[in-house]
Amino acid sequence: MTGEKGAEVVLRLDRITKRFGALTANDGVSLTLRRGEVVALLGENGAGKTTLMNILFGHYVADEGSVEVFGQPLPPGNPRAALAAGVGMVHQHFTLAGNLTVLDNIRLGTEGLWSRSDAGAREKVERLSRDFGLAVHPDAKVGRLSVGERQRVEILKALYRDARVLILDEPTAVLTPQESEALFATLRKATGLGLSVIFISHKLHEVMAIADRCVVLRHGRVVGEVDTHATDKAALAALMVGGELSLPRAEARAAGAVLMRIAGVSTPNRGASPGLKMVTLELRAGQITGLAGVSGNGQAALAEIVGGLARPAEGRLSLHGQEPKVWTPGEALARGVARIPEDRHHQGSIADFDLTENAVLEGYRTRFSRRGWMNWRAARAFAEGIIKGYDVRCPGPSTRIRLLSGGNMQKLILGRAMAVGPDIILANQPVRGLDVGAIAYVQSQLIAARDRGAAVLLISEDLDEIMGLSDIIHVMSQGRLSPGFARGTMTAAELGLWMAGQKFEGAHAA
Amino acid sequence: MSEIVDILISASFWAAVIRIASPLILATMGELICERAGVLNLGIEGIMVIGAFTGWMAVYQGMPLWGGVAVAMAAGMLFGLLHSTLTVPFGLSQHVVGLGVTLFATASASFAYRLMLPEVTSPPKIEPFQPLDIPVLSDLPWLGEALFSQTALTWAAFAVAGLVAFTLYRTPLGLAVRAVGENPAAVEAQGLSVTGLRIGAVMVGSGLMAVGGAFLTLSAFSSFFFEMVNGRGWICVALVVFGAWKPGKAVLGAILFAAFDALQIRLQQTELGAVLPYQLFLALPFILSILALILMSRRAEVPAALMVPYNKGER
Ligand SMILES: Nc1ncnc2c1ncn2[C@@H]1O[C@H](COP(=O)(O)OP(=O)(O)OP(=O)(O)O)[C@@H](O)[C@H]1O
Ligand SMILES: [Mg+2]
Repeated sequence: MTGEKGAEVVLRLDRITKRFGALTANDGVSLTLRRGEVVALLGENGAGKTTLMNILFGHYVADEGSVEVFGQPLPPGNPRAALAAGVGMVHQHFTLAGNLTVLDNIRLGTEGLWSRSDAGAREKVERLSRDFGLAVHPDAKVGRLSVGERQRVEILKALYRDARVLILDEPTAVLTPQESEALFATLRKATGLGLSVIFISHKLHEVMAIADRCVVLRHGRVVGEVDTHATDKAALAALMVGGELSLPRAEARAAGAVLMRIAGVSTPNRGASPGLKMVTLELRAGQITGLAGVSGNGQAALAEIVGGLARPAEGRLSLHGQEPKVWTPGEALARGVARIPEDRHHQGSIADFDLTENAVLEGYRTRFSRRGWMNWRAARAFAEGIIKGYDVRCPGPSTRIRLLSGGNMQKLILGRAMAVGPDIILANQPVRGLDVGAIAYVQSQLIAARDRGAAVLLISEDLDEIMGLSDIIHVMSQGRLSPGFARGTMTAAELGLWMAGQKFEGAHAA
Repeated sequence: MSEIVDILISASFWAAVIRIASPLILATMGELICERAGVLNLGIEGIMVIGAFTGWMAVYQGMPLWGGVAVAMAAGMLFGLLHSTLTVPFGLSQHVVGLGVTLFATASASFAYRLMLPEVTSPPKIEPFQPLDIPVLSDLPWLGEALFSQTALTWAAFAVAGLVAFTLYRTPLGLAVRAVGENPAAVEAQGLSVTGLRIGAVMVGSGLMAVGGAFLTLSAFSSFFFEMVNGRGWICVALVVFGAWKPGKAVLGAILFAAFDALQIRLQQTELGAVLPYQLFLALPFILSILALILMSRRAEVPAALMVPYNKGER
């Protein structure tokens, strides 16, 4: 893009240090941003990216260091001042009020408390959403929007305030690939108009596509700064984890017995997302079954059935050849089904419980209590085991889980799921929001589980991930399931056609 | 049956309904503001006692009636400041603080009463608000007695409800209050102060609760008794839920409750009252309110951040 060397510096972070208790989240971080430039901020989970941006925006107060925007120092801990100086931020976890309309969310805080200037606001929002290709209805309730639409509202919020510096904290983590493409088109327009962008992502191909410069953080320090055209994905990954990184590759293996079978299952549609349509699927021991497809095509309904959250309304489910009498999450756990849920914040953990309590959530009645008394010593040892074994970065087992970075939370959930040596593993988007090192680790754990004879169901939107790991690949589209394709028999382009739903009729004829 | 119909079409019945509803409307609006901002204010019962006491005492000491209302409002806001200081910046449990404020406020009222009137046996009376005579309207047959023979404070109660609705839905201030009760992080990210908004909402809300209490002494009973609030505060907490956190519906709920209350008093004097135990009649408004509550509040949208403290600099 246009970030030439001589362009005006719009933002300067100077030796920012931030400590949380014993943990130093940012350690003397300096960063500059020029007009029209996109800088990617990279780093492992817990490297301190979000913390740094929260300091810049005034949510946190730095222990040391200063922030300058357009040459003016920003007062610390004051989002209002940051907004006034032209800094806009799209948070990793959206900051929208679900009970308000899109327009109200955007207007919030922009007017005097008693004034009334609705007409102007609406026109401006409509103009911005046209100019930047951010289609949302101003009168829609935010609580009813999809994540992609919420993302657009967040960006509109910043643009509405005439932001000159836009911070995007993992904007693509929850977007479909198509939505990400649309976001990049918007960003290109914005930088063309002189906006500067700080872009945080773990997806290196996105970084290569959109960023001019990359700044890499590790353990809270800047460990490298490179121009994007002078580097490649492997070099960036190595910089992030501080060493060479080899992505795990699963070798083909002979599959074993069918552990779980779903036959002719249909579920009702749920709002805009389609239900399952006559889905038949077998999960075999020693096999990773990949489920590709754009999310929202019935994956959630399938995951609920496999994980015990729902019984098939129509069709059958059998485990080891038998139909279970009761099928609940507890029963699924007892029968060796482990879950890595899609939404780690709401389904995977309890935010105000500490790591120990979260670690034993699935076993506190069976493995960590006797005659109704909790065995906290065992629970704590178990949590410490996961923290060590899975490299969960945290102050300790009595930290509340909400304080962990997303990636570290995921590692704890993975460790919890794996600890029981499950037969069947339901891994729904297991690496969403994880850094490259953590991805490699999670994937190698899934392969190891397969190698010891577990059946793994891997649900993902990322075709590279699906093709790299799966022994057999199914594609889901509009609630329909494609036939299984053995490893290496399909190209990404062919799978893409299945994902778009174009191949389904033909398949029935063949 | 015909007796019930007779009661329902009598003008005095409807006049009583509106009179009974007025303090409920005032205090319910107060609680609604607090809860919309995300703070459950269980101090309401005690704050109503304080309002009843201070308003009455001020007038007894020679202030004009509206001066008494202002004093009650100020006293309520003071207790609101106490409540919100503990629950908002310090993030203490809203249940515990609320009940604590109720106990403290009630005890303060009786302490001050004994201190200021050590000798009296029965509480002195004041000259309360008189029904407003509105030209033409008050002279209408039936309607004149039923609706247009109320005191200025009753009119004020309805005006307050209108003002609260207008502020919540038509001003940027109301927008911010609704947002802070739903997602305080959204408010902070837009550069507004979560703490400031919440403290302000609780103080204004508590002021209205106190005026609701003052209605009892300045407009309804003309004197102060310790037991006079008698659970009205708790009713208002339920009315907010009944109204699904919307001012208009909450006012309807208050009127409905008042109607049941007025009805049961009159039913006690009918033949039914001779056969059925009177406790049954006393329970009637509560039973019917609970039923209505169940029906009405099923699809209510609770403010998502109600009772969730917000700590800046935490995630
Ligand atoms: N409010 C807080 N209190 C205590 N610790 C915190 C707080 N915020 C962040 N941390 C810790 O600071 C470290 C850095 O967290 P941060 O969220 O900045 O990581 P990140 O680089 O954004 O990671 P991710 O890629 O997973 O989003 C983590 O170890 C986290 O646990
Ligand atoms: Mg982050």
